[in-house]
Amino acid sequence: MKLPKLPLDKWVDHGVAWLQNHLKPLFQGVTAVVQPTVDFFQHLIQWGSPVIIAVLFSLIAFFASNFRVAFFTLFGLLLIDNLGYWEESAETISLVLTAAIISVVVGVPLGILAARSKGVQNVLNPILDFMQTMPAFVYLIPAVFFFTLGAVPGVIASVVFAMPPTIRLTNLGIRQVAPDLIEAAEAFGSTSAQKLFKVQLPLAKPTIMAGVNQTIMLSLSMVVIASMIGAGGLGAVVLQAISRLEVGKGFEGGLSIVIIAIVLDRITQGLGTTKQKAV
Amino acid sequence: MKKIEVKGLTKVFGRNPQKALELLIEGKTKEEILQQTGMTVGVNQASFSVNAGEVFVIMGLSGSGKSTLVRLLNRLIEPTAGSVLLDGEDITRMNRRQLRTMRRTKMSMVFQRFALFPHKSVRENVEYGLEIQGISKKERQEKALESLELVGLKDYADSRTNQLSGGMQQRVGLARAMANDPDILLMDEAFSALDPLIRKDMQDELIDLQANLNKTIVFITHDLDEALRIGDRIALMKDGVIVQVGTPEEILTNPANSYVERFVEDVNLTKVLTAEAVMKRSEVIIWDKEGPRVALQRMKEKGLSSVMVVDRERNFVGILTAEEARKVKEKEKSLEDAVIKDVVTVQLDTPVSELLPLMAEKQFAHPAVVVDENNKLRGVVVKGSVFAALAGNGVNAHETS
Repeated sequence: MKLPKLPLDKWVDHGVAWLQNHLKPLFQGVTAVVQPTVDFFQHLIQWGSPVIIAVLFSLIAFFASNFRVAFFTLFGLLLIDNLGYWEESAETISLVLTAAIISVVVGVPLGILAARSKGVQNVLNPILDFMQTMPAFVYLIPAVFFFTLGAVPGVIASVVFAMPPTIRLTNLGIRQVAPDLIEAAEAFGSTSAQKLFKVQLPLAKPTIMAGVNQTIMLSLSMVVIASMIGAGGLGAVVLQAISRLEVGKGFEGGLSIVIIAIVLDRITQGLGTTKQKAV
Repeated sequence: MKKIEVKGLTKVFGRNPQKALELLIEGKTKEEILQQTGMTVGVNQASFSVNAGEVFVIMGLSGSGKSTLVRLLNRLIEPTAGSVLLDGEDITRMNRRQLRTMRRTKMSMVFQRFALFPHKSVRENVEYGLEIQGISKKERQEKALESLELVGLKDYADSRTNQLSGGMQQRVGLARAMANDPDILLMDEAFSALDPLIRKDMQDELIDLQANLNKTIVFITHDLDEALRIGDRIALMKDGVIVQVGTPEEILTNPANSYVERFVEDVNLTKVLTAEAVMKRSEVIIWDKEGPRVALQRMKEKGLSSVMVVDRERNFVGILTAEEARKVKEKEKSLEDAVIKDVVTVQLDTPVSELLPLMAEKQFAHPAVVVDENNKLRGVVVKGSVFAALAGNGVNAHETS
């Protein structure tokens, strides 16, 4: 006897439709926050001529990391401008920064909660596994249902895909603080907030920053995929090149993404380690 | 006066501690309960009291429950049963707020592996206990510096803790614990991670600090030598049970059971050792040549609380304490009156077994003086060195004190 197929697809469809109908104000609220944030970053990056912005970025890279990274940043960004993808790059960076900020704002507190309670950790862990292993494209469909096309669903899909490392490494960083330091903090009569802000978070900072770095890298990769739902940016360049089989253009777009990835990676890594030294 | 009074304090680790508690009351041992229920007894109905201003040593081998016991005193570990009265107030009944206040003001802790915050400077570490009380930056910096001065690390206030040696790090730990000016210091194997020479220095320093500041100290150790050196009273623990509480002398001379006896059997060297073997070279001043200023200077240099007074022929006259020397210096007393002559005086070949009761009779107030047959001063015997020697650590007769 053959069992009938579980109508899982139907259930999910119904579920999404239900959410669409009943949680509309929530999705509108999210859009009202995300869209202006993306726009803000985009205006910020396009506030001056590409040369000025490239110099500013390389200054940030210099303070966060070192001369070599600053040098790479300057020439990488100037190359992107020369290839003619400045505007698309600005869009991509805005999407990444927005997604990263949301991931940190939501992910760090979740990580803290997970570190403080085994129950929360046990609930979160499978959800995070799910978020990370589900093929990234799948998030695009419900994102479109909830947020239509454009930058907002792209950001949301990126957040879902990119947030787990921040949560996991915040949790790990806090749990890794030596137990005798926690004991010391408690023995002197710290409240739990004091213990968190004066001992656990400062000591977990390098680990948390590693998580934030991973989140930024993942959201960059997701933002490129999100061009399929009209998020725009360099992903759109690559997508267009694929559909028209333009190898050269595809390479240019891909190279620009690589440059941005390296710049963002080195800057955030630098921030993590300089914090560690300063601490 | 009783500072801490512990009654029936028990800790069981496991799923159903109440059941284990019943079994404990029935008289079952730690091992039987582990076999029967799978639960671990940390501390089994410990009762003792700690007097104000004494150094109370809890000593036992690893796994005896001593570290658990000290954490029950400040409730870093929640007790399963029993009470801890601090100045008559039951700590086990305090709510979180009261508990925090108690930890902030009355009881500080020093840890085996120092537990200094690596992201803070030495001064910030010492400030921590004050910082979390919301004390202004200026005030807590001052207090931190005072506290660092007590342990001789004022110049390292702005260093990173990982730049300091182990001994220095533990001094910072001690300074941090004292910055709150608590009544009680809990010291969990505080010197066990230090190498032997540094450990000895720290023990001496702790004894000095205790004498000056009059803190009540609960000191955990697995080292009998250390227990005998610094303890006013010692509690011996085995399998979570306090086997015996007593002064070092009582523990050595009158072990409560075979376990304690085995523990201290190597120690009973009192009949073999002579005063000569345990004495130390003494610092002297010469009666009619050097005044109280020289005496004070010498004590300060050597970190001593008293010096021996001799005449030009090195005949022993008496002991001059720092306090009395100061009075002489201020012209409140004559040197003649200030010198304490009523001290235990023994010959070089007096066995320690005879020497100890003599010193005990005087409550170990002053070192015993060792003279030769012509009444010339040869050395002094201090309480610590007697017990160190008895603890089988050997004696270094050439060591200066």
